[in-house]
Amino acid sequence: MNDYNFAYLDEQTKRMIRRAILKGIAIPGYQVPFASREMPMPYGWGTGGVQVTAACLVPEDRLKVIDQGADDTTNAVSIRRFFQRTAGVAVTEATAEATVIQTRHRIPETPLSEGQILVYQVPIPEPLRFLEPRETETRKMHELEEYGLIHVKLYEDIARHGQIATSYAYPVKVEGRYVMDPSPIPKFDNPKLADNPAIQLFGAGREQRIYALPPHTSAVSLDFEDHPFVASKADHACDLCAAEASYLDEVITDDQGSRMFVCSDTDFCQSRRAAGHVGRLGHPATGDQ
Amino acid sequence: MYVAVKGGERAIDAAHAWLAEERRGDTSVAELSTVQIREQLSLAVNRVMAEGSLYDPDLAALAIKQARGDLIEAIFLIRAYRTTLPRFGASIPVETAEMAVSRRISATFKDLPGGQILGPTFDYTHRLLDFKLAAEGQVPEAPTAPARLEPVPHVMGMLGRDGLIQSEAPGEETPPDLTREPMELPASRPLRLQAITRGDEGFILSMAYSTQRGYGRTHAFVGELRIGTVAVELDIPELGFAVQIGEVELTECETVNQFTGSRTEPPQFTRGYGLVFGQTERKAIAMSLVDRALRWKELGEDFTGAPAQDEEFVLMHADNIQATGFLEHIKLPHYVDFQAELELVRKLRREALASREAAE
Repeated sequence: MNDYNFAYLDEQTKRMIRRAILKGIAIPGYQVPFASREMPMPYGWGTGGVQVTAACLVPEDRLKVIDQGADDTTNAVSIRRFFQRTAGVAVTEATAEATVIQTRHRIPETPLSEGQILVYQVPIPEPLRFLEPRETETRKMHELEEYGLIHVKLYEDIARHGQIATSYAYPVKVEGRYVMDPSPIPKFDNPKLADNPAIQLFGAGREQRIYALPPHTSAVSLDFEDHPFVASKADHACDLCAAEASYLDEVITDDQGSRMFVCSDTDFCQSRRAAGHVGRLGHPATGDQ
Repeated sequence: MYVAVKGGERAIDAAHAWLAEERRGDTSVAELSTVQIREQLSLAVNRVMAEGSLYDPDLAALAIKQARGDLIEAIFLIRAYRTTLPRFGASIPVETAEMAVSRRISATFKDLPGGQILGPTFDYTHRLLDFKLAAEGQVPEAPTAPARLEPVPHVMGMLGRDGLIQSEAPGEETPPDLTREPMELPASRPLRLQAITRGDEGFILSMAYSTQRGYGRTHAFVGELRIGTVAVELDIPELGFAVQIGEVELTECETVNQFTGSRTEPPQFTRGYGLVFGQTERKAIAMSLVDRALRWKELGEDFTGAPAQDEEFVLMHADNIQATGFLEHIKLPHYVDFQAELELVRKLRREALASREAAE
């Protein structure tokens, strides 16, 4: 398909997005407004991430797309195909082999390395949005570094529940300045945001915002001294690959309450099984599944 | 036994094939052509052009066919196509005073220069199902009259001569383009009007209706409503003058709003303005009411907390492509977040039950 420019967007649009990305990298955690375009997939399906990826891709790139940690969820398939069609880039499922990774809701388990770009799809970029619905107000709050409201919210959680009751999209403070929404990743993934050697870019299409964490940036999950942040996950090991420390999906296996737990990161699970790890319900890997 | 979900790709292809089949429907029934849609469902075509922000009846008809008649889906197709088009220039402002009108009415004056022209309106039809249409009857030819050659000046201009209506200073600035720049708030009036004219008809209608019921009341009269075609002209730098590059059909509504004066403005009538592609009367009237409601600040009125007065609320929620995308995205997988919530709720329950037991 050559009716469209490389990676779908025209060069002027890509330049505009790259400027926003560069500004975002220069001011880590700051939400840069950008003239988000209407993409051929709906808002909410990752149009922000897709535009950021389109602006980053070069023909030599190798792209990985995941949704919920998996390469084969329908929307990941659809976005990967979109770039195969419009950019003709190579694709991969292996985290370590990818140069650009677009993700929704997860950070891969395999540590990223220098030179890689991780692109997040972001629904609501504003960490203060559910405390203050007005953009005109929240922008002012960021300007004045007025983050009392979010601390009060966390405190109220503790007063009511004995702990902070935010389990995903857990806010972080970037380089001691901007409070940032890491997109709806589980808080289990929050520690991977900080000091990551890869470039992390966040694109919110509908809300017209781009922000970034340059490599090796500090990103501290908000907490209190007596209630420190805890990166939690289901208290099990993966039933297929026996991984103890990877984030797990819970799968209902019958109507009698039986469950199994499997890695949400399919590439991670697959490679462990290929290396001979066998979980409670797994069997030695024989190629693909 | 659980096997990791594979086959997303095959499922997507199969779903698309099924969709195409459903779109076609029963193949023993003749297929609908896009020309038929353009000619016979022209009000749907007009809505798709207006909210798609692209004046092209043929593409809009194609979009309606492809979307199986789902107009928001059709608008989405047009928007997604529109983004790929280069923006090679801006027309000079269209002159609606010189519109070749097919309909022109004023609710404020019984008769006026240019006359009242009903045009092709549903207004005085009795809403009785016409079973003759089901039987494919021929439509008798409508009577015609020679076109009146007199000018059809704007009603507002006539009121303006007596200073009875608030005057609008002509602006020289090029209006912003919300499809090329991120929306910034507070928005200028041109930006607001742009957002409303492409906003969802249902949303704008309800917002306007709410002002009539007292949530930000503006006492609106339809000073004038006109529908017709206007010439689109573009300045060609090489030529040094403007040439006509086409014409578009527009609906323009200007409301006259009662106004007893405020801290900053003397008593006079004020205006609301609506301008929409195609014959889109409901939308244009609604637009003019919402525009007027949003002008409270410049006219020194009070903010009463009404939704239609709230610029951020109206502008951030008027776009049906944004709204439908975000609304429907919650059907995408959210296993990961749900899992995190599941663990949290289990933990909180465990602790709550333990403390209840300890208390007993």
